[in-house]
Amino acid sequence: MTTRYTEDHEWITVEGDIATVGITAYAAGQLGDVVFVELPEVGKTLAKGDEFAVVESVKAASEVYAPVDGEITAINDSLEGEPATVNEDPSGAGWFVKIKLSDASQLDGLMDEAAYNAHTA
Amino acid sequence: MTDTLLKTPLHALHVELGGKMVPFAGYDMPVQYPLGIMGEHKQTREKAGLFDVSHMGQARYEGDEAALEALITADLSALNSGEQKYTLLLNEKGGIRDDLMVSRPWGEHLFLVVNAATKDNDFAHIEAATAGKGKLVRLDDRALLALQGPAAKDVMARLCPSACEMIFMQCGTFELDGVEVYMSRSGYTGEDGFEISIPADKADQIARLLLAQDEVEAIGLGARDSLRLEAGLCLYGHDMDENRTPVEASLIWALARTRRDRGDFPGAAVIAQQIEDKTCQKRVGLKLTGAPAREGAEIADKDGNIIGTVTSGGFGPTVNGPVAMGYIDRGFLEPGTEVDVLVRGKARPATITKLPFVPANFYRG
Repeated sequence: MTTRYTEDHEWITVEGDIATVGITAYAAGQLGDVVFVELPEVGKTLAKGDEFAVVESVKAASEVYAPVDGEITAINDSLEGEPATVNEDPSGAGWFVKIKLSDASQLDGLMDEAAYNAHTA
Repeated sequence: MTDTLLKTPLHALHVELGGKMVPFAGYDMPVQYPLGIMGEHKQTREKAGLFDVSHMGQARYEGDEAALEALITADLSALNSGEQKYTLLLNEKGGIRDDLMVSRPWGEHLFLVVNAATKDNDFAHIEAATAGKGKLVRLDDRALLALQGPAAKDVMARLCPSACEMIFMQCGTFELDGVEVYMSRSGYTGEDGFEISIPADKADQIARLLLAQDEVEAIGLGARDSLRLEAGLCLYGHDMDENRTPVEASLIWALARTRRDRGDFPGAAVIAQQIEDKTCQKRVGLKLTGAPAREGAEIADKDGNIIGTVTSGGFGPTVNGPVAMGYIDRGFLEPGTEVDVLVRGKARPATITKLPFVPANFYRG
């Protein structure tokens, strides 16, 4: 299991060819209280860099971008009723979507934890 | 850009308190503190919040009041010593140049408080229009604090008991911690509270004294925005501007009856015609489900026809749901009317809602 990070503050954890994606604790902290999360439909095909979700805080809406190419296989429905989960457990229960990877080599271009920590320092 | 931003006399205090600083109207201002927008909003509704609004423009006006009155919608002859009015500065087409507070805290002369982004224009306009008749003195050496919330009166009862004798929209001069201040019982959150004008060099002292009170926390611009939105109050440059009249902005109540009868304010003919015709768009409140609608989102009827635009919107922490204000065509103004708001292309159901979203909690005696 590997976790990688994007410059736009998404995390992606891969098991086999399925990746789970969410936003980092740093991003959640910057956004403040999350009040709504708009998620895509299951089955949607994404290209790396596509905007696939929107996080609404009290103040503003922020886009979330696909870290890799792939197809959405699951979305975290519980965020609809409990958007604050994104603040409470961003890297766990606050996950956004699961994606079936179409090109695992794209992960190599993303940051590891040390690089991401340096990026947000 | 950052190096050209102005700072209020409380800038260092905001940074010390952990304020997240952002540019606003040319100033480097705290959008929130570590408590967060949601927490700060609730703090203000339930206890008391302290806002630095020193970026707003303060001025004294002396001299011929008719010359100033001709530019605004208030009846200054009916404004007694110790009273404050919310009024509008209009252009020749009846468009809103700014909204402002005019008051008499000193017995003579007038005290004006205008918006930060418009203050230079407003003061230049007033000076030009009243030249030779009146004198406008900018009070740039003063800070402005707002103490808002149901516990504001308890704080003031300890620190400046005589200020608690004021009711909503009254004002005066007081001594607070040994400092002479101008104070009014008003604000822009829908809550009871006080606005306090302080010499800039005493602002830090007074702010620290207020923050040391158990009931009080520092509140940033983020919660100020969600509080005023729930209170149904307009944000200048968003919910109203030079292209919207008081009729369209649903601010006819800010037009003094006597002035309306006399028709002696800028754009009076346009405004009289709009009142007569009943055809212009008007500002309304909207309650949504799901995603908050932000400024610029289109409003559609249930057949998909575009009937209006959202001018400000977000999540209302006290309402516990998304709320918005916008301009909408006649025929859809009635509270309870069902419409759609297009958020990122998706039609989200919304209901026209009477403003304010949260009942006002002013102290009226």
